[in-house]
Amino acid sequence: MIIAEKKPIEEIIEEVKDFDRILVLGCNECVTVCEAGGKKEVEVLASALRMYFITQGKEKTIGERTLERQCDHEYLEEIRGNIDDYDAVISLACGVGVQFCAEKYLEMPLLPGVNTVCLGANEDRGLWTERCQACGTCVLARTGGICPVSRCAKRVLNGPCGGSTGGKCEISKDTDCAWQLIVDRLKALDKMDDYEKVAPIKDWSTDRAGGPRTVTREDVKI
Amino acid sequence: MSECRTESRLEKVMRAGHLGVTSECGPPRGSDPAEVREKGALIKDHVDAVNVTDNQTAMTRMSSLAACVHLKLEGIEPVLQMVTRDRNRVALQSDILGAASFDINNMLCLSGDHQSFGDCAQGQNVHDLDSMQLVQTARHMRDEGKFLGGADIKRPPKMFVGAAANPFADPFEIRIPRLAKKIACGAEFIQTQCIYNIDKFKEWMKRAVDRGLTEKAFIMAGMTPMKSVGMAKYMKNKVPGMDVPEEIIKRLAGVDKKAQAQEGIDICVEHIQQLKEVEGVAGFHIMAIEWEEKVPEIVERSGLYPRPEV
Repeated sequence: MIIAEKKPIEEIIEEVKDFDRILVLGCNECVTVCEAGGKKEVEVLASALRMYFITQGKEKTIGERTLERQCDHEYLEEIRGNIDDYDAVISLACGVGVQFCAEKYLEMPLLPGVNTVCLGANEDRGLWTERCQACGTCVLARTGGICPVSRCAKRVLNGPCGGSTGGKCEISKDTDCAWQLIVDRLKALDKMDDYEKVAPIKDWSTDRAGGPRTVTREDVKI
Repeated sequence: MSECRTESRLEKVMRAGHLGVTSECGPPRGSDPAEVREKGALIKDHVDAVNVTDNQTAMTRMSSLAACVHLKLEGIEPVLQMVTRDRNRVALQSDILGAASFDINNMLCLSGDHQSFGDCAQGQNVHDLDSMQLVQTARHMRDEGKFLGGADIKRPPKMFVGAAANPFADPFEIRIPRLAKKIACGAEFIQTQCIYNIDKFKEWMKRAVDRGLTEKAFIMAGMTPMKSVGMAKYMKNKVPGMDVPEEIIKRLAGVDKKAQAQEGIDICVEHIQQLKEVEGVAGFHIMAIEWEEKVPEIVERSGLYPRPEV
């Protein structure tokens, strides 16, 4: 899923302080699971904003709404009827949702309430970690199911680099060396012979290098 | 090994069966070429070639290529170090051609320290290629005379292509497979991480010999003299992938502080003398960090002087 984290309240206040009617708009998908932008976080942020503006002696209208998804026309249409009740929207969706909302409501100021961090997993209670960078050409079949693109700080496709120590990456003792994990997996799979296969120079045109990416499926088009 | 493929003096020395000797020169944090020339002059007569580091520890410095040119103009043979951290395949190929235009005949392919260690911790890294793929690229440009894009290169670069190896890094079981992989990619010489654990290095070397890797590439043992017991402890505890046995620290700590530097040189010379006898060792890469003036003494006392004429 997409992992996000809440922006500091001070940053959000700075962005919305000149608007009088503000809608805090949550999303019921990834950001709900990673506890950054679901219904619960909408309530918390809206309350915090109300309290702040009261202490400042300002009268503001802070609305709350959480959609099933913000990356889907169908659900974004649900707010068309009352979006004009607001001067600005703080979207707690990932960067995709914020933008999709902005595209749909052209004249409505749209402000992000979270920082979108990565594609990751809920590794433990309160711990979300990156697993994929959507490079567009998956190499996991060759790397024991561990991704060197997203999990190696140097994206080394033929690793590890010389900085791997005790299973950890040179950038931090808290970061696993992706290539240690790959070697461990290849050993468990009894496929260490695969380690010596040289990964070819990668086609990064399917990564961000190739510009904005699209997937077109004629078979599912209406 | 077979006949020379390039005009590299380093290649000629080692293919003729001599032990090769290289050292290292870190470019300055400024644009004054005098510092490069001075460092080069200190070691010129005692080595076959001089590695020029590429923004080592991710600190911004004079470019490796420019510093190589300054050395070349002084009659010193440079080894252009290239890291994959800062340049994509366009820039890497372009700089290989630029170096070849000055008849720089050696290059060493590395991934480079992560930028978070340096003075641009908030910068992007590139890693379009990795170090093995850079080796492949350099060999492709030389041997096929073609760009990665497929077009012919007018006057292809004639580089003697090297890579680094760390006999001590983790995970240990892939140390030899990883070396084999680099050599399969086309590395013709290997410069190792600094060696202090002689027994472990010998074990690594034996495995390399057993796999026939020393028939395919020249393995140069990396040597760095310790300046003090403090440096030894720092290397042991802080530098990733470094193996400094306790006996080295004890030996340095056992002499007066003023005598520690000389003790460090003595240890280095003794290690070279031991490793000269180890099957498969094709030369020495002496990295006297900001201590270049000691390289002549180390080379002479190790019986590696004078350097052969080739």
